[in-house]
Amino acid sequence: MSKRHLLALFNDFDEAVAAISELRAANIKGFNMDDLILKSPIEHPEVEKVLGDKPVHVQWFTLIGACTGALLAFFLVSGAQANFFSQIKGGKPIVPLPPDFVLTYEMFILGGVFITILGFLICAGLPAKRSSLYSAKVSEDQIGILVKGDESAVAIFKTIFTKHKALEIQEEAGK
Amino acid sequence: MGKDIREDIAWAQINKDVLKSIESPKRMYWVILLIALAMIGVAVGCEIYQYTTGMGVSNKNNSHVWSLYIATFIFWIGMSHSGTLLSAILHLMHADWRKPIYRFAEAMTTFSLMTAGLFVMVHLGRLWQVYYVMPYPNERWVWPNFQSPLVWDMFAIATYLSSSVLFLYVGMIPDLAICRDNIHAGWRKKLYTVMSLGWEGTDRQWRNFRITYLTIACFLIPLAVSVHSIVASDFAMSNMPGWHVTSFPPYFVAGALYSGCAAIITLFIILRYVFRFEEYMTLPIMKKLVRLTFAIAMVWTYLNLIEFASVWYGHDQTAKDQLIFKATGPYAPFFWAMIFFGSILPLMLAFKRFQTHLPILFVVSILLNVGMWLERWMIISPSFAHGHYPWTWDHDQWPSLVQWGIVFGSFGWFTLLFMVFCKVFPSVSMYEVKEMVYHRSLALKHKPAVKGEY
Repeated sequence: MSKRHLLALFNDFDEAVAAISELRAANIKGFNMDDLILKSPIEHPEVEKVLGDKPVHVQWFTLIGACTGALLAFFLVSGAQANFFSQIKGGKPIVPLPPDFVLTYEMFILGGVFITILGFLICAGLPAKRSSLYSAKVSEDQIGILVKGDESAVAIFKTIFTKHKALEIQEEAGK
Repeated sequence: MGKDIREDIAWAQINKDVLKSIESPKRMYWVILLIALAMIGVAVGCEIYQYTTGMGVSNKNNSHVWSLYIATFIFWIGMSHSGTLLSAILHLMHADWRKPIYRFAEAMTTFSLMTAGLFVMVHLGRLWQVYYVMPYPNERWVWPNFQSPLVWDMFAIATYLSSSVLFLYVGMIPDLAICRDNIHAGWRKKLYTVMSLGWEGTDRQWRNFRITYLTIACFLIPLAVSVHSIVASDFAMSNMPGWHVTSFPPYFVAGALYSGCAAIITLFIILRYVFRFEEYMTLPIMKKLVRLTFAIAMVWTYLNLIEFASVWYGHDQTAKDQLIFKATGPYAPFFWAMIFFGSILPLMLAFKRFQTHLPILFVVSILLNVGMWLERWMIISPSFAHGHYPWTWDHDQWPSLVQWGIVFGSFGWFTLLFMVFCKVFPSVSMYEVKEMVYHRSLALKHKPAVKGEY
């Protein structure tokens, strides 16, 4: 069955949350809560209550990036120093650990930051082409709820959105 | 104290006000830009003359090998600290008054670092060999010394610059999407479309954005501290009298924060006027900023005294002589000017009547930075003038006009970059101001606190 996309715009965040709660409670055939996307001009962490906790994996990228950066720095520096073995060191170690810690630390941070950004792009699905159901009002002051469901669910979506004072409902045939 | 921001500002109005700033600033904007260009012209002329004639025209010599170039390099590195560091610290502390002012402060960081980087090249003289600064191992048989703080400097500054740029950019993505949605044609539209990466403000994007921004903020705090500690190590790890002081790293970090805060005050006043940001860069926010600057000024004063006391009560007679030379010799006027501008003048900031008096604050903030620039000069030149060996003493060296011209022009370069940034990108974070307004209006309505507010 072909899927349809609907974007409803709300002025009031509480109404949008109430609409999401009702969509969840209505147990609509041909609609899954994972197919609901909330679009907002600011972050609303409290929406997780109704959308359900969704894991964020950016921290894993951070961990990998920071560790890789630190290891890379240490091996780069100590490898270069190990090549100096023929130079006279006056009894000092060929690979001195305390000063090498400084560069290891800097690259730990650099790796952490770079790979965190990479992780963010991957996890947030960016860069992306904007969906055709997008309203510039969402970046201004309105809340958008984008849903995807079967043809049969469209009427119920509209009823719920209208009940919760949606300002506008846009519709598009799904892919 | 009044409100940091009005809770009843319409969100659409916030967009409109900030977008107006990038389209039609006051005429003063163009005047500032022209002055900046003229200043750059002076510096470029001096640099061309120095490049074609040789480093001798800078009047540096065997004793005074660093002089104004490295002093100003450290000044700009220091200036870069407050933007990103304060933004990150205040973000972690949930101090939401940072929201209208952090964007330009972060931009200040980026452009200060870029300006500082220029001085490395100017100081080198042989511009065509600038890539030798990059310590990639052994291939050129240069044998980079990875134990040297100068090599650490390069790594630290490159890390700080790239991380600060990313921090600035990531924090700007939702605002770039607003620009994309509201500007209808031309190169700006294309720029914002590409840079906003297709941001739509979905719950998935915000969730990942929050964690990413928080994580980078956590990284940037120790990074910023490490960068200026490492710059301090350039001095503290050497054996020059006046430099070999244990308290140098915290002293440098405090000095950096101090000059950065003073610069934020100056730029706050300029942007508030030029871009008509009276609704966002409010006097209560200025008051908080001024109090913070005052507190940091007192920390810097304390660390200054600690430094002098360490030398005075220490056993290094040369360092003691050097301190006396600084206070009584040919550098005495500049030394005492540094003490006046750095420690005495900020006492004004403790008085309520001055904390929101913008014309006075504008002048005072500039003078504080004059003091902080003098501090860097007073660290470098007197030590070179009066070192360990009497046959290297050179008390009469005075930087040439070429040096002064390049230093003068660097302020124009910074101003140009900064003002162009503010014209192309939103210098007030629209989405964060909306968050601030939203949370404050919720608090007013006695609604329960928002879970997970970061």
